[in-house]
Amino acid sequence: MKDIYLDNSATTKVLPEVVNIMQDTLVNNYGNPSSPHNKGLIAEKIIDKTKIMLAKKLGVTAAEIILTSGGTEANNLAIQGITSAYPQRGNHIITSKIEHPSVYEVFANLAERGWQVTILDVDKAGLISLSELEKEVRETTVLVSIMHVNNEIGTIQSVFQAANLIKKNNPLTFFHVDGIQAFGKIPFSLAKSKIDLYTISGHKFHGPKGIGALYLKNGTNLKPIFYGGGQEKGLRSGTENLPSIAGLQPALANLPELEEDYNALLSKKKYLLDLLNKNLTNFKINSPISNFAPHIISVSFPGIRGETLVHALAGEGIFVATGSACSSKKDNNDRVLKAIGLSDKQAEGTIRVSLNKYNSKEELDYLIKILEKQLDYLIF
Amino acid sequence: MEGLYFDHAATTPVRPEVVEAMQPYFTDFYGNPSSVHAFGQKAARAIEAAREEIARLIGAERPEEIIFTGGGTEADNLAIKGIAMAQKDKGKHIITTTIEHHAVLHACQFLERHLDYDVSYLSVNEDGLIDLQELKSALREDTVLITIMSANNEVGAIQPVREIGEIARKNNIYFHTDAVQTVGQIDVDVVQDKIDLLSLSAHKFNGPKGVGALYLKKGIKIVPQMSGGAQEGRKRSGTENVPAIVGMGEAAKLANANLEKKQAKYSRLRDLLIERIEKEIPDVLLNGPRGDKRLPGNVNITFRYIEGESILLNLDMLNIAASTGSACASGSLDPSHVLLAMGRPHELAHGSIRFSLGYGNSEEDIDKLMKDLPEIIQRLRNMSPLYDG
Repeated sequence: MKDIYLDNSATTKVLPEVVNIMQDTLVNNYGNPSSPHNKGLIAEKIIDKTKIMLAKKLGVTAAEIILTSGGTEANNLAIQGITSAYPQRGNHIITSKIEHPSVYEVFANLAERGWQVTILDVDKAGLISLSELEKEVRETTVLVSIMHVNNEIGTIQSVFQAANLIKKNNPLTFFHVDGIQAFGKIPFSLAKSKIDLYTISGHKFHGPKGIGALYLKNGTNLKPIFYGGGQEKGLRSGTENLPSIAGLQPALANLPELEEDYNALLSKKKYLLDLLNKNLTNFKINSPISNFAPHIISVSFPGIRGETLVHALAGEGIFVATGSACSSKKDNNDRVLKAIGLSDKQAEGTIRVSLNKYNSKEELDYLIKILEKQLDYLIF
Repeated sequence: MEGLYFDHAATTPVRPEVVEAMQPYFTDFYGNPSSVHAFGQKAARAIEAAREEIARLIGAERPEEIIFTGGGTEADNLAIKGIAMAQKDKGKHIITTTIEHHAVLHACQFLERHLDYDVSYLSVNEDGLIDLQELKSALREDTVLITIMSANNEVGAIQPVREIGEIARKNNIYFHTDAVQTVGQIDVDVVQDKIDLLSLSAHKFNGPKGVGALYLKKGIKIVPQMSGGAQEGRKRSGTENVPAIVGMGEAAKLANANLEKKQAKYSRLRDLLIERIEKEIPDVLLNGPRGDKRLPGNVNITFRYIEGESILLNLDMLNIAASTGSACASGSLDPSHVLLAMGRPHELAHGSIRFSLGYGNSEEDIDKLMKDLPEIIQRLRNMSPLYDG
């Protein structure tokens, strides 16, 4: 059997159309978008088209899109940018215990620099308490940053409701949402929402690495991280990554449109959960169906090291993850799993299976077969 | 008609070998390098191989001294803001020049405006070169960083990098150089030149856009500008742009293999173009130095009595791409800050055009350009109220 890639929350395989357009752009449209000659103008048009496509998917306008080198930069730009641009509004910021490091670490840095940081707890399902959030938003709250879908367990937060509560308490508080794991996986629109900033990342939806975007609501100020040629309206200097920007186009075009397109992924998750329940024992599913994204399945096998299991599966050509790729090398890699109340043993034995719409049922059957075999072997 | 591209200082075409090297990292080895499984580790190994190529190209002793970034601008910002923030208890004085790229100038201005740094801007002579004596006199007790570009992107002036490095090292001050225009064009050696930090950008030497690097000498602390998954030795978070990094490594390898030949070829083409323009078109003025102090491939000429923008438009209609100053500043109608710093009056700065030669250009291209250029210049001058030739 050929390799089975079930680590789509870490990164995805680019679509063939994406490779094609990138190669074409690399070879033929190599102009600098800032150049006034024809090659530069062609480059500029490619950027405009990508922004229009992305804006349409998000339900916003193209002028509200800032292209970055990836999701991490977009999250940093949002949080650093708002807190540097609006220090006169207060010194309090809010996030949650289960954010991605590209949010969580930025908050930690701001705390060191004197910002008051509230970190919201989550329940067993990874959900923040909206009433707690409402209580915490005060006059001095400059920014709230909450992720839309968690990357390790797949919890979907009620960010639209959260936005309304935040603005009700303090209309001047900005609300940033890290949507890297949500975009293309669950249906939503930012049109008419009270969300001010929203992050996406190309390589999580079969687009290229090295490209991400930040939606910045019209009229919102931001202090850049990088200064220079003044690209992206001065908010993100640096020659635009044209091949990757072009590469986003087919990736965007292939995103699900209708409710049933989104359901395709969900039915695969249900299928996998059924298989798990039918064939295995002594495990804990951390990502059930309700309130969870359709592509992430986090499972704990107490008594086994997740890393051992990942390597064992990789030896059979199946690629899954421990907690999350980004934290998998770090010492405190169980921050999220601990926040939802897992014991040390459970957290240590956790793997994450993350699906894409191209994964087949046969691949999932095979995963369960191999899991069964490996667990038999690893549990003593 | 196939166009002529003379804007290699803005960006370069990607070499076919680079596109080919990138390909498998889209389709086969697309894992996240931070993933522990073999799939991710293949990508991680490819990054390390590219790191070694880049280190070799700039003479770095250790591959781990290379930090991959999203481009040259990010590398400049990481270097300047990163050093300033890490050294803030030692002092808040920075030395740079008036002719830096905006990525350096604006990063310095950010530190001046928002974090109370003092920045000294060294002047340049009429060729765009700094004066080492002026640098020495600008040094202060509280100087924490000297940031001077290796070569200027507009007029091609190559600064005395080694001498600057020696002065910096002797005074225990970190030396950063924006080498975006020199890496892959001329020999760069961070050890011999006593460089502590060096920025480079792949798309300036026939690699892909969206990737650059910062050389950071081992042992020097910087404050990261983006936090997150702690990639790149905790200095630059964010999932690595694997295909682009692999492409950059390949471009570095190709550049390294052909450096001397390439340098000789584009120096010869440069001098040929300068010679022909000076011979065949009257009232022109070369901006920047001649000979070895000028980047191979850089030709920057003022055509008196007319606007650079109109020359550019006329060339563009013939599908010939060149530029006025730098690409980034070209959207603005302000005259080049570099030419003004060199003492060129406004009207001369306005009439300048940069032809930057590179991969794919040949003598034949210069013949083709020179078939049309004299006529374009004459036609524009005939319409100019300033011209009474």
